[in-house]
Amino acid sequence: MSTETDRIELLRFTTAGSVDDGKSTLIGRLLHDSKSIFEDQWESLQRSADLAGGAEVNLANLTDGLRSEREQGITIDVAYRYFASPRRKFIIADTPGHVQYTRNMVTGASTANMALVLIDARNGVVEQSKRHAYISSLLGIPHMVVCINKMDLVDYSEERFREIREHFHSFIPRLDIRDITFIPISALKGDNVVESSKEMPWYHGPTLLGHLEDVYIASDWNLKDFRMPVQYVVRPLRDEYHDFRGFAGQINGGVAKKGMEVAVLPSGKRSRIKSIHFHEETFGEAFAPQSVVIQLEDDIDISRGDILVSPDNLPYTTQDHDANICWMHEEPLALGRKYLIKHGPNLTKVMFREVVNTIDVETLEEQDFNKGMGLNDIGRVKFKTMVPLVYDAYKKNRNFGNFIIIDEATNATVAAGMLRSPEKPAPVPEHRDYEI
Amino acid sequence: MKSYKQTHLQYLETESIHVMREVAAQFERPCLMFSGGKDSVVMLRLAEKAFYPARIPFPLLNVDTGHNFPELNNFRDKRAEELGAKLIVRTVEDAIEKGIAVPVKGELSRNRLQIPTLLAAIEEFEFDAALGGARRDEEKARAKERFFSMRDEFGQWDPKNQRPELWNLYNGRVTPGQHMRVFPLSNWTEMDIWEYIGQEKLELPSIYYSHERQVVRRGGQWLPVNDLQPPKENEEVQTLNVRVRTIGDIMTTGCFESDATDIHDIIAEVSAARVTERGGRADDKVSETSMEDRKKEGYF
Repeated sequence: MSTETDRIELLRFTTAGSVDDGKSTLIGRLLHDSKSIFEDQWESLQRSADLAGGAEVNLANLTDGLRSEREQGITIDVAYRYFASPRRKFIIADTPGHVQYTRNMVTGASTANMALVLIDARNGVVEQSKRHAYISSLLGIPHMVVCINKMDLVDYSEERFREIREHFHSFIPRLDIRDITFIPISALKGDNVVESSKEMPWYHGPTLLGHLEDVYIASDWNLKDFRMPVQYVVRPLRDEYHDFRGFAGQINGGVAKKGMEVAVLPSGKRSRIKSIHFHEETFGEAFAPQSVVIQLEDDIDISRGDILVSPDNLPYTTQDHDANICWMHEEPLALGRKYLIKHGPNLTKVMFREVVNTIDVETLEEQDFNKGMGLNDIGRVKFKTMVPLVYDAYKKNRNFGNFIIIDEATNATVAAGMLRSPEKPAPVPEHRDYEI
Repeated sequence: MKSYKQTHLQYLETESIHVMREVAAQFERPCLMFSGGKDSVVMLRLAEKAFYPARIPFPLLNVDTGHNFPELNNFRDKRAEELGAKLIVRTVEDAIEKGIAVPVKGELSRNRLQIPTLLAAIEEFEFDAALGGARRDEEKARAKERFFSMRDEFGQWDPKNQRPELWNLYNGRVTPGQHMRVFPLSNWTEMDIWEYIGQEKLELPSIYYSHERQVVRRGGQWLPVNDLQPPKENEEVQTLNVRVRTIGDIMTTGCFESDATDIHDIIAEVSAARVTERGGRADDKVSETSMEDRKKEGYF
């Protein structure tokens, strides 16, 4: 599926910040300098600036589209913004930075390849930057770029840049970040955003846009362990496809190859991949995150929710779970109550047994004295599901170790979670090949 | 070394197809809103790919305002027939007659009247999900829209009470009376749509390409002249080579001068454009939040 001459990739990144740290100015600068703001949007911004009586155009008005947000002057939700350079397309998940919007930060982080952490050079590393870094690490964002902004207000001082970088480095060991880059910028003046700064000859690294264009993202997906949850069974019921029975799904990890042996979980039955289809074409292989249709050689009973995996590398299959979660609803978590858990295509009942600890998102310290989980709390929990879940630890595969919790009574999505390896991994049952 | 990379269009296609399959699996009675406009042409293509070689497992629904461009309606009927898909059309005319939609004196566009017509159709067929081609880059109020967007018994959208949406896990649970609007193209930009139409060689209604048309200058844009919209006394009718960039109500859809006759010309034009596509639609210009207001009422 990679025959196109057009090789432009898509990078998704998340920003977090409040009104004063220059986040909107930075986004505006990226959009403006890459010519992604249109004249009517610009006019509309100026019109709202005039109405408010201020002379300055507030770029937040580009993203903060909801009336309640404009009235309060804050971003209350995740706003998605789009821009493109000649080399890449970008999706920004722009989220508010305050503690009370932690859930929005988590939401924005869930699909990002990169986290853009903004630090005001005058203030240095503050709680909010730590929180954003922590959440990015918790949600497994593979790349982080720390922009030390407002360098123009600290005389473009290399010393100040180094000082902040060192301070940031001092708490990195507590996080799980694979790739981190520091860039000194001034969003307002445009230094090192799109154009290299003339004011900071001591900095030899890339500009922010240059870095966004270059960072290597193809390996952000787990390409080792083949996993594909069956989303939908394709049965054409047409004469020319009389025997066609295809399993449609998005590959969550690894590579599927024609002829490859697969195990079907949770039943444990085995078969081989007969063919891989996408629309009118067939393929020798397919990889994460492609959406494909797979046919197997044997006629096995498979329906939505079954998982196709590579048999030499099985995921966990357990009912008892250990996970980090972020609670996203006003009504706090109730131990012993039944909720629904959605993991891939599967929906089953779940009961929380214990809140092991919660994280103080201001100090990043674990606290085990607070045994409750309320809105915006992040913590570690143990729970049991009605039927076994088939999964990998989130650290191993972001797209196969993730879940959401749904309130059965209101259907609200109340939490999002990241599975950890079970404490005592239950032995995987040795499945025999079934006679078919 | 093999490279397992997706282009941006492949990524977007993969994501949209995943969403469409979730809809087919999670809902009892979904439908796909199909107007024949460029975004819905892409939607139809994605639905075709998502379930191939099976047919698209939901009917197509269109609200005909009576102000639709005739080229659009012809195209709509033709495409549905080619795919062997079931097409349901409900008209604003009918809804007015039944008293479901009530026109206000002096109101030119039938945008507002589409809303009760659509909601009545959703109720009539008991649709629990309606797939639409809206994109987040179209308008500010859409920037915070979810892929799965819940509507209450009155078809209303509550922007302050949206479900968080993480990874590719979509919560499609609704109670009777509620329904879900689903937007698989959420992450596509206008340019992505055009590039995809080019890549897939998709046919479009002819009015997207340059054609000769009688127009008048009104409200800073060229509006098409027809029976519904005769020129006013002081207006000069001109015949120009024009095309449309986005299609809405014929009364408010601005045309602009263009010689773009194929998809490559259009892509070149869009990349050079200095106004957003909805900048050509008078319905959005009323206030800063007019889209938000219409969406809350049940607009697409």
